[in-house]
Amino acid sequence: MTSYGTDLIIILPELIVVAAACLVLILDPVTPRSRKELLAWISLGSLALCIGLTGGQIGVMNLPLSAFSDLVVVDGYARFWKLLLYGVTGLTILMSLPYLKIEGLHLGEYYGFILLALSGMMVMVSGADLLTIYLGTELMSLSLYVMAGLKRSSPRSLEASAKYFVLGAFSSGLLLYGISLLYGLTGGTKLSTIAGALGARGFDDPMLLIATILLTVGFGFKLAVVPFHMWTPDVYQGAPTAVTAFMAVASKAASFAAFLRVFVEGLGGLKADWSMLFTLLAVVTLVLGNVVAIVQTNIKRMLAYSSIAHAGYALIGLVAAGRGAGESGGTSGIASVMLYLTFYAFMTLGAFAVIAMFRKGGLEGDEIEDFTGLAKRQPLAAFIMLVFMVSLTGIPPTAGFIGKFYVFMAAVEAGLSWLAALALIFSAISAYYYMRVVMLMYMREPEATAAEPSHLVPSPALTIVLACAIAGVIIFGLFPTPVVNLALQSVLLLR
Amino acid sequence: MYLAHERHARAIALATTVVDFLVALPLWWLFDPSSSRMQFAEHVAWITSPPIHYSLGLDGISLPLVLMTAGLMPLCVLISWEAIVTRVRTFMAVLLIMETAMLGVFAALDFVLFYVFWEAMLIPMYLLIGVWGGPNRLYAAIKFFLYTLAGSVLLLVAILVLYFYGGHTFDVLALSQVTYPAALQNWLFLAFFAAFAVKVPMFPFHTWLPDAHVEAPTAGSVILASVLLKMGAYGFVRFSLPMLPDASQTMTPLIAALSIIAIIYGAYMALAQVDLKKLIAYSSVSHMGFVTLGLFVMNQQGIEGAVLQMVNHGITTGALFLCVGIIYERTHSRMIADNVGLAKPMPRYATFLVIFALSSLGLPGTNSFAGEFLVLVGTFLWSKAAAALACLGVILAAAYLLYMVQRVVFGVALPRELPHLRDLGLREFGILLPLVLLVFSIGLYPNPLVSRMHSAVTRTLETMARTKVAPNSHPSAAVTPTVVLSGQTQDDRP
Repeated sequence: MTSYGTDLIIILPELIVVAAACLVLILDPVTPRSRKELLAWISLGSLALCIGLTGGQIGVMNLPLSAFSDLVVVDGYARFWKLLLYGVTGLTILMSLPYLKIEGLHLGEYYGFILLALSGMMVMVSGADLLTIYLGTELMSLSLYVMAGLKRSSPRSLEASAKYFVLGAFSSGLLLYGISLLYGLTGGTKLSTIAGALGARGFDDPMLLIATILLTVGFGFKLAVVPFHMWTPDVYQGAPTAVTAFMAVASKAASFAAFLRVFVEGLGGLKADWSMLFTLLAVVTLVLGNVVAIVQTNIKRMLAYSSIAHAGYALIGLVAAGRGAGESGGTSGIASVMLYLTFYAFMTLGAFAVIAMFRKGGLEGDEIEDFTGLAKRQPLAAFIMLVFMVSLTGIPPTAGFIGKFYVFMAAVEAGLSWLAALALIFSAISAYYYMRVVMLMYMREPEATAAEPSHLVPSPALTIVLACAIAGVIIFGLFPTPVVNLALQSVLLLR
Repeated sequence: MYLAHERHARAIALATTVVDFLVALPLWWLFDPSSSRMQFAEHVAWITSPPIHYSLGLDGISLPLVLMTAGLMPLCVLISWEAIVTRVRTFMAVLLIMETAMLGVFAALDFVLFYVFWEAMLIPMYLLIGVWGGPNRLYAAIKFFLYTLAGSVLLLVAILVLYFYGGHTFDVLALSQVTYPAALQNWLFLAFFAAFAVKVPMFPFHTWLPDAHVEAPTAGSVILASVLLKMGAYGFVRFSLPMLPDASQTMTPLIAALSIIAIIYGAYMALAQVDLKKLIAYSSVSHMGFVTLGLFVMNQQGIEGAVLQMVNHGITTGALFLCVGIIYERTHSRMIADNVGLAKPMPRYATFLVIFALSSLGLPGTNSFAGEFLVLVGTFLWSKAAAALACLGVILAAAYLLYMVQRVVFGVALPRELPHLRDLGLREFGILLPLVLLVFSIGLYPNPLVSRMHSAVTRTLETMARTKVAPNSHPSAAVTPTVVLSGQTQDDRP
């Protein structure tokens, strides 16, 4: 019994989040419409508790703990991702406060779903067993399906939800199929069991190849890497902007975390083979994401393709880990993925927050043209967007550059200079579409139409989000050392 | 800057740049010309893993460039005093960011830090052209941005490759002591070349330059011509030559050929221009051909001449762009046809313009003569044919500049233009006067400048020679006492 109690203490952050989610759902019907914000504050409070717990563990003793007979593991790696996820979720909730009001979505369960999705993500990053990870993935995805369709009056939102659900369910099925094949081959679903059974034998069994591909496809959908990206632009465009930000950042981070753990801890023996597969995926993702983003006219679609491209950059880090894992254990590659997604989180979240700020009655605010002449009307907002665009392009001194620097460094270390060069050339191409936003904001005169919002006054909550995001982008761009060291301490070892 | 009133923004920017210059100026005398070490060095850890340092220092090559940059910036602020009327605060802020990045590029001794400054300059310059530029500014701005970014991304890969081959350090001086395999050198050289040649710009990569120059506001043109182009040439002499001597040797014929094409082609293009800014832009292509030629003949005279010519070109071409800016404020046209016969209404202006044009064509007694002469001497030592061809550039420069002067200064003006033109005001006089003084003082007595770069150039050549004769020696075994900063990083090399 005592061990069961310890187990519960180990997963205390997850319990807190789930409890808060339930509390929000219970309180929702009895909260009057004007007081729905209370639910958001409850959610934020639970996040603060979790940050304290997980952050405290990192500060005091960053030892790996496992619970429920090794179904769940709380190690430095999991804590790193959890901290990132808390931060992203908190900022999303703050962003949602004014956004939901403008959209006329007085739905308390929104916050409940965010917390449920978060708990799913937390299970994903902590899962040491394929089934645990699968459960986490489903909890996250099901919540996100609902959230994507929250704008019930908008056909686009409903379409996004339906599309996301159908494709997501399909990919989950493939993932499950892959897991079952692996179970058949190795006799277990625990990552350690799988790793032990596989050893370093490579693809000697065609079934193993099929299982690996199925897992890759299943995760590929969640990560939105080409060719499993088809849902991304439609869903990102249709979903409410705050939800899009949450999907683009949190769900991608959690999926990457689980993906890395499965392939590093479970299938590490096949690293020579999967790194070849992922090289191919990374290249097509970079090419397609960056090239298709150029022709977009809707900024949410553009950021959708940009997020696809960024998944490609992050994937390079994993490839580098697989290829370069000598005695270093692929440390720099895995750390570079962790850093990349951390920095990506800040800049993408910030960009979506600016878009959310544009949403006014009568103005959707998500066409790229809407940014025309912003520097004249709102110099500060334009400057903030400029910083995010610069960071997404990967130009110093922003966090985006540091993220790319570490990924390419890992790639060069692994002898993949050509891949780094290719990725950098595509990052120069990406400058074209990011800089187009800057060009419209700074170099075109605003059109004097009646629909123009004369004043974009961000609410206090949105101001906090923007301030945090821009501080993250600039501070991590200038002084990345603390977070770099944290990532290096928390990294998984690829043996 | 945003808190200040527009009028104050100008004053704040001016004060900042002047103070910057006054802080930089004493370095000229504090600098020890006999030492080839990096002086005024600063070395602070920035990122611990991998070891990246905030590491700055000056030698005889970077010192003149730093002083030139610091000296030109107050002039850029002054020339924009009345020319820039929209978004003054942003403009001044952008200028100051530019200055930070440009000084950083010349002073950085850590390769990643260099790259950070190098790239950080892109966005401000993009805004400078795109927001305050001429009618076709959007095209020019994005062209500039994409060209230079595409060129420099490969530089980052090269830096990372050097890190792993050069003993896990980004220290520029330590990396310069390592001998890299010949095949690798060639690849790295091409990556460096892509970044630096676009910036210089060398012949086939120059097409962004006329567009950017024509559309940029005067201050932007001055910065582009005087400083940005030098960053490319500086990259060659600081990184390509000492780190990749064998590849540099291999590529010399190619670079020399491209340089000579640039010299002659740029001059011919300049001859055909009707737009003053375009004319000076193409003359820049031609003059920068001398710089790259001088660098790659790889002897003392050539490199010293090239570095001297970098400074000279910064002064003279900067001054010419300032002159165009001044006349543009009055006639609102950069066309030669609209600015004919200025000697009569604007005698002082005409005098300045003639002096700078003569300086640009390399009249003995002016600064460019000293630089171009040294380059030609160096080239002559390398190849007589190349020197002869390069001399053609000098003749053509005389042709296009005198043709320009003939029309703009002494031509017969259309009567309707005359009454509006007033001669130089005090502010404009003050902008141009120091540049004239520099033109003559460097032209008549270049020795203080040359003597300061002498030991740094000798060190660069020694570094190149050393890595060639002793390809297998341990990197830190034969280090000349040039490395003062890299003590720690050298020791932990395997």
